[in-house]
Amino acid sequence: MKARVTVTLKSGILDPQGKAIEGALKSLGVDGIASVRQGKVFDIELAATDKAKAEAALKAAADKLLANTVIENYRVEVLS
Amino acid sequence: MKSAVLVFPGINRERDMARALRLASGNETAMVWHAETALPKGTDLVVVPGGFSYGDYLRCGAIAARAPVMDAVRDFAAKGGLVLGVCNGFQILCESGLLPGVLMRNAALKFVCRDVHMKVERSDTPFTRGYNAGQVIRVPVAHGEGNYEADEETLKRLEGDGRVLYRYCSADGVVDEASNFNGAAHSIAGIVNERGNVLGMMPHPENHVEEIMGCTDGRGLFAGLVQQFEKAA
Repeated sequence: MKARVTVTLKSGILDPQGKAIEGALKSLGVDGIASVRQGKVFDIELAATDKAKAEAALKAAADKLLANTVIENYRVEVLS
Repeated sequence: MKSAVLVFPGINRERDMARALRLASGNETAMVWHAETALPKGTDLVVVPGGFSYGDYLRCGAIAARAPVMDAVRDFAAKGGLVLGVCNGFQILCESGLLPGVLMRNAALKFVCRDVHMKVERSDTPFTRGYNAGQVIRVPVAHGEGNYEADEETLKRLEGDGRVLYRYCSADGVVDEASNFNGAAHSIAGIVNERGNVLGMMPHPENHVEEIMGCTDGRGLFAGLVQQFEKAA
């Protein structure tokens, strides 16, 4: 089973890396960029075949390690 | 004072730290591998040194904070044992939940490696008793992610309880934006937990303890810790 965990900074948390990317995109002349925030994507393969079990495992992974919930939010998706 | 320095893959300041501890205490320091599940018997002080544990993968300190030895450190701290985390050690203590908040990328996005000044906010703690309150000391920093951040409520509590022990300042002790080189909230360089027995700080006092280093301002921290245990003994 394939899954994806997406970790993003909570709103209100300053993201200097996102700001630098935003500045670079603007200087490249890419039109219409209002703002950029950088996050992380984890593509995970699971042995589980039960969707609910897989989601529970991914949630545990995100809470225990993948995200620092002081500053980050995460989203869990089972893809197939 | 019996001290133990934790060693994780990618840590590189553990020997500097052991040397500073040995100079101050006169005893050898135990080096404790991350896979250990217990600390040496009779440990008075646990030190989480600086470096780049696990290559800073995922987040600084995130993987080291989940190492087996950290459960022993959590138990040790819960019983009131003293824990000192420097640089990557501060990041590891935040990630492990022993200290609140998080160390973000420096506001100017640059790795900063130079001497800075910091003010000792109070002298009535095991981690600052070797200094006078208000004293300004010069210490080296070497980090890319030392910008301390926490939510407003946490910052208010840290300030209200006097838990900010070290704060970046100018050479003459002025806490201002210019001296806050990494953009830390409230110019925070070092904080303690609620109980006051776990300190995390970004600067490296262990690198200013001998004349040959050009400065000995870091000695006070180690001398104070040693005094703490002489008094208790």
